[in-house]
Amino acid sequence: MSLSVSHLTKVFGQQCAVNDITFSIEKGEIVGFLGPNGAGKSTTMKMATGYLPATSGSIQVNGLDVTTYSIQVRKMMGYLPEHNPLYLDMYVHEYLHFIGKVFEIPGSRLKSRVAEIIDLCGLTPEQNKKIETLSKGYRQRVGLAQALIHNPEVLILDEPTTGLDPNQILEIRKLIKQISSDKTVIFSTHIMQEVQAICDRVIVINKGVIVADDSVNNLLAAQAQTDIVVEFNGEVNAQELAALEGVEKVTLVKSGVYKLKAKNGADLRAEVFKFATERQLSLIGLKQEENTLEDIFRSLTVKETVT
Amino acid sequence: MIQVFVKEFNSFLNSLIAYIVIGAFLTGIGLLTWVFPETSVLDYGFADLDTLFSMAPYVFIFLIPAITMKSFAEEKKMGTLELLLTKPLSDWNVVLGKFFATWALVFLALVPTAIYYFSVYQLGNPVGNVDSAGVMGSYIGLALLAMIFSAFGLFASSLTSNQIVSFILAAFLCFLIYMGFDSLSSFGGNAALFIKQFGIIYHYESLSKGLVDSRDVIYFLSVTGFILLTTKVVISSRKW
Repeated sequence: MSLSVSHLTKVFGQQCAVNDITFSIEKGEIVGFLGPNGAGKSTTMKMATGYLPATSGSIQVNGLDVTTYSIQVRKMMGYLPEHNPLYLDMYVHEYLHFIGKVFEIPGSRLKSRVAEIIDLCGLTPEQNKKIETLSKGYRQRVGLAQALIHNPEVLILDEPTTGLDPNQILEIRKLIKQISSDKTVIFSTHIMQEVQAICDRVIVINKGVIVADDSVNNLLAAQAQTDIVVEFNGEVNAQELAALEGVEKVTLVKSGVYKLKAKNGADLRAEVFKFATERQLSLIGLKQEENTLEDIFRSLTVKETVT
Repeated sequence: MIQVFVKEFNSFLNSLIAYIVIGAFLTGIGLLTWVFPETSVLDYGFADLDTLFSMAPYVFIFLIPAITMKSFAEEKKMGTLELLLTKPLSDWNVVLGKFFATWALVFLALVPTAIYYFSVYQLGNPVGNVDSAGVMGSYIGLALLAMIFSAFGLFASSLTSNQIVSFILAAFLCFLIYMGFDSLSSFGGNAALFIKQFGIIYHYESLSKGLVDSRDVIYFLSVTGFILLTTKVVISSRKW
């Protein structure tokens, strides 16, 4: 078990930021840590790195407690903090050199390791520039490079893709995916496509409590709710549509276009097609709308807020 | 610790900070020692370096807080402190690395004033008629004084994320420990000597006589140690 969090609680004054959360992540897993702003994601990550102490509960990395074996744990861990803080007045290779020294990479290997990580993170054209002159995407890569330089077993990334343009997001994702095969990766985000693109597993946290912890596919399946949108060439009696087997609700979108909500995730497409042929209506559109992770995220986090 | 030291020291050298600090110190002290008639050694007629050693602390009161004002304040503001403290470095490593880097920079500024000593040595009549022991003691005193000022500067910087607040607070603390106790002692009555001993001047003057008394050295070391410990506690206070 690479990273295990048990009954972790963090209280700031009156506010309970993280409330009794428990999860564990195995080696080789990429876990997305989801939650609305202020849900406690960053706080949990800061506690996992040992920057903040937990009010109660414990975090273990490879069986070592983060507060007791703080320095040893930090050596096994790569951390990209939120907002990606960097020493802007340093040169890229100088900065990575410094971080490598902090991780006690021996001098003989340090130079080749820095060159290797610069290459891996696609920083080669920028390596002789000052960090302050780099664009946001390149800065993010420098942030990732410093988290990776010592080849950590556990990688904690706090919102690695915020503020990047779509191309940069794709590149950073590719990079995370590429390096993570033999590592434990946990990263926080509120971009759902990202989770679908790279994660094996999702932990959704809301108001300091875990509301879901499952694989992406399971989560999608459990909440499956397939709506279909049908479009006829002309008016149809909505009552007749509602009478079809498996239809729970019919809503009129616009003239001739109806949205059918299925009971228990049944597939309505065949039924609708039959309906159309029987009545000799021309069916000009039939689209299935699957529940996206975004809807699930909304239902999980908003529902919690209401109750 | 050594990594933080090297990084901090390089960042002084790679930015303008080191050159401005050294340039401002040497220009100011050089003018006072050799040019301005009221304090000039040349007009004074005695081969000693009292001007250097009496004026340097006042220059340091402003220069050292200027060096240290960004050390923690900026890191807090930029968030890099979190980065540094989640690396395998203890809080002590970070505090001491920064402290020694500051002190080393002040040292670097002091080294060229050795030329003043050689000049005065040559100007003496007969040549070499200068209180060398006194000068050595004064240099040690000045280095130790810079040590306390550096510690206070770091402490002030650790309290805030605003560099201006850090600078003013540090300058005030340096002034207080250098002169404050000495001035206060005039209200002290019987306890005057006792109060005086809390300030730097008492110990600095004693060292400048050329006698390196262990009590004075212990004073400088213990004050520095205490301030650095306080700084470390402030840095660790995120864990409370």
